[in-house]
Amino acid sequence: MANYKMQMLVCGGTGCKSAEADGIVTNLEKAIVANNISDEVQVLTTGCFGFCEKGPVVKILPDNTFYVQVVPEDAEELVAEHCVKGRKVERLLYVNPDTKEIISDSKDMDFYKKQMRIALRNCGLIDPDVIDDYIARDGYQAIGRALTEMTPEDVIDVIKDSGLRGRGGGGFPTGLKWQFAAGYDADQKYVICNADEGDPGAFMDRSILEGDPHSVIEAMAICGYAIGASQGRVYIRAEYPLAIKRLEKAISDARDYGLLGQDIMGTGFEFDIELTYGAGAFVCGEETALIHSMEGERGEPTTKPPFPAESGYWGKPTNVNNVETFANVPAILLKGADWYSRIGTERSTGTKVFALAGKINNVGLIEVPMGTTLREVIYDIGGGIKDGKKFKAVQTGGPSGGCLTEKDLDTPIDFDNLIAAGSMMGSGGMIVMDEDDCMPAIAKFYLEFTVEESCGKCTPCRVGTKRLHELLEVIVDGKGEMKHIDELKRLSRTIKSASLCGLGQTAPNPILSTLDAFYDEYLAHINDKKCPAGQCTSLLSYYILEDKCIGCTACARVCPVNCISGEVKKLHVIDQETCIKCGACYDTCKFAAIEKR
Amino acid sequence: MAVNTELTVEKFNELEQYIDSMPSTKGELIRVLHKAQGIFGFLPQEVQKFIAKKLDLSTAKVFGVVSFYSYFTMEPKGENPIAICMGTACYVRGAEKVQDAFIKELGIKVGETTADGKFSLDALRCVGACGLAPVVLVGEKVYGRVTVEDVKKIISNY
Repeated sequence: MANYKMQMLVCGGTGCKSAEADGIVTNLEKAIVANNISDEVQVLTTGCFGFCEKGPVVKILPDNTFYVQVVPEDAEELVAEHCVKGRKVERLLYVNPDTKEIISDSKDMDFYKKQMRIALRNCGLIDPDVIDDYIARDGYQAIGRALTEMTPEDVIDVIKDSGLRGRGGGGFPTGLKWQFAAGYDADQKYVICNADEGDPGAFMDRSILEGDPHSVIEAMAICGYAIGASQGRVYIRAEYPLAIKRLEKAISDARDYGLLGQDIMGTGFEFDIELTYGAGAFVCGEETALIHSMEGERGEPTTKPPFPAESGYWGKPTNVNNVETFANVPAILLKGADWYSRIGTERSTGTKVFALAGKINNVGLIEVPMGTTLREVIYDIGGGIKDGKKFKAVQTGGPSGGCLTEKDLDTPIDFDNLIAAGSMMGSGGMIVMDEDDCMPAIAKFYLEFTVEESCGKCTPCRVGTKRLHELLEVIVDGKGEMKHIDELKRLSRTIKSASLCGLGQTAPNPILSTLDAFYDEYLAHINDKKCPAGQCTSLLSYYILEDKCIGCTACARVCPVNCISGEVKKLHVIDQETCIKCGACYDTCKFAAIEKR
Repeated sequence: MAVNTELTVEKFNELEQYIDSMPSTKGELIRVLHKAQGIFGFLPQEVQKFIAKKLDLSTAKVFGVVSFYSYFTMEPKGENPIAICMGTACYVRGAEKVQDAFIKELGIKVGETTADGKFSLDALRCVGACGLAPVVLVGEKVYGRVTVEDVKKIISNY
């Protein structure tokens, strides 16, 4: 950092990279050379800033100016104006959508005000490919302290006292898990990092690995010291090429610096990490399934006990934690259990990273203290619902979770409150839905996912989820009867109680929670043969509005079944008998003269 | 066909060399399959049999693993593999309609490849670019905020 007067941080997360962040970096560097200021201004590619909605993001230090939706063509102006003349480029600054006020400092943006970043502490601040950047931000100090000043028992005690619970979904106390693994004697033990993030709509682990890979490496080494393991494995999705690349570089750099390998920091402690690629199976988030997959087998779960702490990878004591859990560990060790346990709620300490997505204004990655309410997350940080629509539900916990509604908005978010409200924390996906989303169709969407991802070992899950999906299909097709609701409930109970692993035990949750909160929507589909949200194609009819149709014939021309009749400049009519409800006319009409109801 | 799906001796040699270079093949089936798919582009019966023999496993076991994981494919992909993100964030922002438009435009179902081998169509679960939802990938290129109207334009790029 020291020699440069100014740094331009360009977000290099997958979201911004997809939107040509690389081109921005190239053009910025060119412009810096052209303006002869290469000695003063440095361009860095960092991890995710979290504000994906307005990406690609360019942040300039030291003045903290936050430019949004930058395109490569803006680079020249940014350098010439901001870096050379010291003038901000106003048109690229963030505008508060409510007050229309231009905000240049990210600290003043509502999106960041209520956030507290522990797991994401370095994301967007350091170049993930430069180990010195991490070290400059207290990196590898925690492992240093653990190895030189603490016994393995001390380390476990700190983690236990901090109250840290597993961030992958289960919420099991991390310190306790470490203690179990430490308690078994073996010639070899393993530390596994679960980076097989499979929840649709969740990308927190990927962002940590892309933005701050060393924090996970350091934490795994700390865990190795605590439980007595010299081998670490990261089980990572093959679909995350960028995260894999950055992690590989980070591991190799850590080895070069003597922070991995034999005799770490001259203390005699040995620890090294290898990567194992997943191949796309949601069930591998379950730790026994994950371990089988790492052994080259089908990723099917097995009964516990024995727990992995006793007999895991190749039958050896194994500790499995997910990426976000690990990312918290170095910070806890440095700042102390007291500091951490004071953040959050009594039984859920610390912070949680959420991937905020769906019909919300500020899609992005956020980290808030446990106990923050859904209302704060959705309205203050998330900026409310897109296009001024009405909030309907927020889905947490992915395919295993449930939908929370208006009445839950003021519930403080923590592990236990979410379960009490009929959902769960899960890995932290938070999908916001508005009045246009049909809840039985959403339930069907999730069941489609579980049908595909059920490993097939337990019959209730393998066959049962398929039957649930069929029942939902019948309902959204408008062929449902009241008895189908009872069947959904009965089958759900069976699947929950008779499946071996979390996937099956939670698979019916999206149905049960929507049945609970949106029972009238199911009734509308069954009794009135209507979809209140106007989403279910089979229950819709298209009509041409008399006062809006100008007779342009556009709809009649696109209709694939020729069911729209009418003369030029006269009202057109849809023949409901022939209409296949493809919606082509609706999409084509430029005069909003076609209505679906 | 535009894509080279031939099972040449050179490819088998490359795979054999990779397997022979491993210090131990214990538990390494998935790693080998990743490599094989990288070489051949897909994992047809012949390749699975070859791997089974090299690793001293039954072909049934290899098939069991290949068919379990969604990343492995037994069908060759098109020259430009199109993948539509069907994660929840993309779904609520209209990914299904975009998928339907691709199906209509290409005349193939999800999981199929066009007759000329130019395009294949797949659905995938969350690429994590939810800010750009709905997202479509063509090869490595990511298209964000895709609408039904964009579909023709995207296809015409290739």
